[in-house]
Amino acid sequence: MNKPAVDQTRTIDRVNATLKQRYNRERRFRRFGLAAVILGLLFVALMFLNIISQGYSAFYQTRILLDIEYRQEVIDPAGERDPATLSAADYAALVKSALRALYPDVKGRGEKRELYGMVSSGAALVLRQRVMSDPELIGSRQALWLPADDDIDMLVKGRIDRNAPESERRIKNRVLAWVEQLEARGAIEKQFNLGFLTGGDSREPELAGIGGAVMGSLYTLIVTLLLSFPIGVATALYLEEFAPRNRWTDLVEVNINNLAAVPSIVFGLLGLAVFINFFGLPRSAPLVGGMVLTLMTLPTIIIASRAALKAVPPSIREAALGIGASRTQTVFHHVLPLAMPGMLTGTIIGMAQALGETAPLLMIGMVAFIVDIPGGPMDPATVLPVQIFLWADSPERAFMEKTSAAIMVLLGFLILMNVIAVILRKRFERRW
Amino acid sequence: MLSITPDTVALGAARKGVITAGFSPVADDARAINGTVGDITSADPRMTARNVNVYYGDKLAINNVSLDIGVNEVIAMIGPSGCGKSTFLRCLNRMNDTIDICRVEGEIRLDDQDIYDSGLDVVPLRAQVGMVFQKPNPFPKSIYDNVAYGPRIHGLTSNKNDLDEVVEQALLKAGLWDEVKDRLDEVGTGLSGGQQQRLCIARTIAVAPEVILMDEPCSALDPIATARIEELIDELREQYTIAIVTHSMQQAARVSQRTAYFHLGELVEVGKTDDIFTTPRHRLTEDYITGRFG
Repeated sequence: MNKPAVDQTRTIDRVNATLKQRYNRERRFRRFGLAAVILGLLFVALMFLNIISQGYSAFYQTRILLDIEYRQEVIDPAGERDPATLSAADYAALVKSALRALYPDVKGRGEKRELYGMVSSGAALVLRQRVMSDPELIGSRQALWLPADDDIDMLVKGRIDRNAPESERRIKNRVLAWVEQLEARGAIEKQFNLGFLTGGDSREPELAGIGGAVMGSLYTLIVTLLLSFPIGVATALYLEEFAPRNRWTDLVEVNINNLAAVPSIVFGLLGLAVFINFFGLPRSAPLVGGMVLTLMTLPTIIIASRAALKAVPPSIREAALGIGASRTQTVFHHVLPLAMPGMLTGTIIGMAQALGETAPLLMIGMVAFIVDIPGGPMDPATVLPVQIFLWADSPERAFMEKTSAAIMVLLGFLILMNVIAVILRKRFERRW
Repeated sequence: MLSITPDTVALGAARKGVITAGFSPVADDARAINGTVGDITSADPRMTARNVNVYYGDKLAINNVSLDIGVNEVIAMIGPSGCGKSTFLRCLNRMNDTIDICRVEGEIRLDDQDIYDSGLDVVPLRAQVGMVFQKPNPFPKSIYDNVAYGPRIHGLTSNKNDLDEVVEQALLKAGLWDEVKDRLDEVGTGLSGGQQQRLCIARTIAVAPEVILMDEPCSALDPIATARIEELIDELREQYTIAIVTHSMQQAARVSQRTAYFHLGELVEVGKTDDIFTTPRHRLTEDYITGRFG
C-alpha cells in the first residue's frame, strides 16, 4: 500500500519512453492501410481505364454514305408488292450497284469483290427492313448511311496501321485508297451504334449486339431473385428463429456453409443432370439458368440473412414477447423488418455473384450462339459473362472492342443493380 | 473487510442442501435460510409461487423459492447481483421459456391457474402479466404504434377511435401524454431514456394486464427520470399488481409495500418494507441493507 512516491514518476517516465515507439507503430500501420487502399484503387482505375479505352469505340460504328436506288426490277419485278417477294429480293445487288456507281472504273472479279466487301452484309438487311416497312420506296433513290465492314471499321477507328506494309495489313492498298477517297468526300464517318445495345449476337462483328445477352441476363436474374430470396429468407428465419437446436439442425447448418464453398461448375452439372435430363426442361433457357444460379446463391443469402437476424437486439424480441405477441408475430412484426436491410445486402451480393457467373451456365447450354433476342425465360438465351467469353474467343480484330464494351455493359448492369438495392435499403430503413 | 462469518459458511452448506433445520425467525440463526424468514404469504394474493427451482443447464439458479404477490401491492425484490431475483421475476410470465437451457420446477399460479401447466398458452398469460425491462426497449416504430401494438395483436379494440382512446389512456397513466401528444408519429427510439422507459410502461399497460413485472426499470435512468417512474409506480399500484426488481434499496424502500431479499438463489427474507429496512431479522438481510456486502 505504501510504496515510495518515486514509483509514480517512474510510471510516467516509462510511459513516455515507450510513447514514441507506440505512435510510430500506429503511424506505420496507418500508412500500410493507406498504401493498400491506394494500390487497390490504382488497380481498379487501371482496369477501368483499360476496358474503357479498349471498348468505348464499340459504341460507334463506321458507316458509309451510299446513294441507293430502289430498283423495281431487282426488288419486285412483277410489281405485286407481295411481302414474300419483297422479303426474298436481292438487296445486296442494290448495295453493289451503288458501290459500282461510286467507283465506275473498278474492273475484274477480285477487285469487285474487294469493293463489295467494304460494306457489311448487314447493309442488305437494312434495305430490306426499310422496303418491307414502306414499299412506296421502290423506284425512288435515297442517300443512306450503311454499316461498313469490320475491317474498314477498324481502319477508320485507327486500330489498323495505314502505314504498315500491305503484306502485314488486312486492308489492301487499293481498298485503303477507296476509303481515303470516301473520307475526303465526307462519305464515311463514325456514328453512334444503337444496334450494339439492342441487337443480338452475330458472326459479323459490325452487326453483333449485346441486347440478347442483356435480356438473357435479366430473365435469368429475375428467375434467380424470385426463387432464391423467398427460399433463402424463409430458411434463415426457420433455422434462426424456430428450429430446435439439435444434431439435425447442426447438420443442416454445416451443410449450408459447405454449400457456399462448392465450385460453381458443380452446380451446373447438377442442373444438367436434374433440371434438364431428369425434369426435361429446355436447354439454354434462362429459367434453368436461374434455377442453377439459385442453388449457387442460396447459401450466400441464407448465411447473410441469419447474420442479419442474429444482429437484431434480443431486447426487441423480449419487448414483443413480453406484451404477449406470439413467436410468429414477434418475428414478422419486429425481427424481420429490422433484419431486412441486412438480408437485402446479402441478396445483392448473391445476385452480383450470379450475374457474373459463367461456369454453371456453360453446362446447361447457355453458351450456344443465339442470334434472336429472348422474349421470355423459356427462350434460348445467353448471358452477359458468357457473351464476353464467346466474343473474347472470336478471332476477328473487331470483337476485341466488342468484348471490352460488353464488360462495360456488364459493369453498368451491376452498378444499376446495386443502386436499386441501395435505394431499396434506404426505403426500408426509413420506415423505421 | 469481509471475513468468513458463520453466516456465509452456513449459507454455503445450505446451498448444498446439508442443513435442513426448520424455520427460525431470529436474526442470529443463519440456519433459517432454508426456509424463508418472514411471511411469504399475502392476504390477497394474485400470484403464488411455491417451491420454485430454476436451473440453467445443470446450474441451480433459484432454490426452493416460495412467495406470494398480493393484489394492488408493490413487492420489491432486492439482493446482490446474480442472486436470482431477475430469474424469479422472469418465471412469473414465463419469459425464461425463451432461454433454451432454462428449466423451471415448482408451481406458480396466477389467480387459480397454474402458469406452468403444459396446456397453458403463454400468449394470454403474457397479456395478463406484462413486463418492463431493464433497458428501455421501445420498438423502432412511432410512439403511437408502440403503445397500440399490444391492443392490436390482441384485438382489444374494434375501431380506430377506441384504439386512439386506449393509446391516450395508457400514455396518460404512464405520465407521458403531455410530452408526446403532439408528436405521436415520431419514432419511440427518438425519446430520451426516461421517456422511453415510460413509453415501455405505457405499452405494457395498454394491454391492461393484471400484473406488471419490472426488471430494474430505472437502472439506466438519471435520478429525475427515476423519480418520475417511481411516482408512476405508486400511482399504478391502485390498479395493478406490481413486482419490481431493483438494485437500489432506497427505491425499494420508497415504492414498495413488501420487500423480498434474495441471496445466491435463495429467498432469505420477506416482510413489510418498513420492517425489512428498519428491523431486518436475518443477518444476511441486515448485512446487505446496511451495505456490508453485496
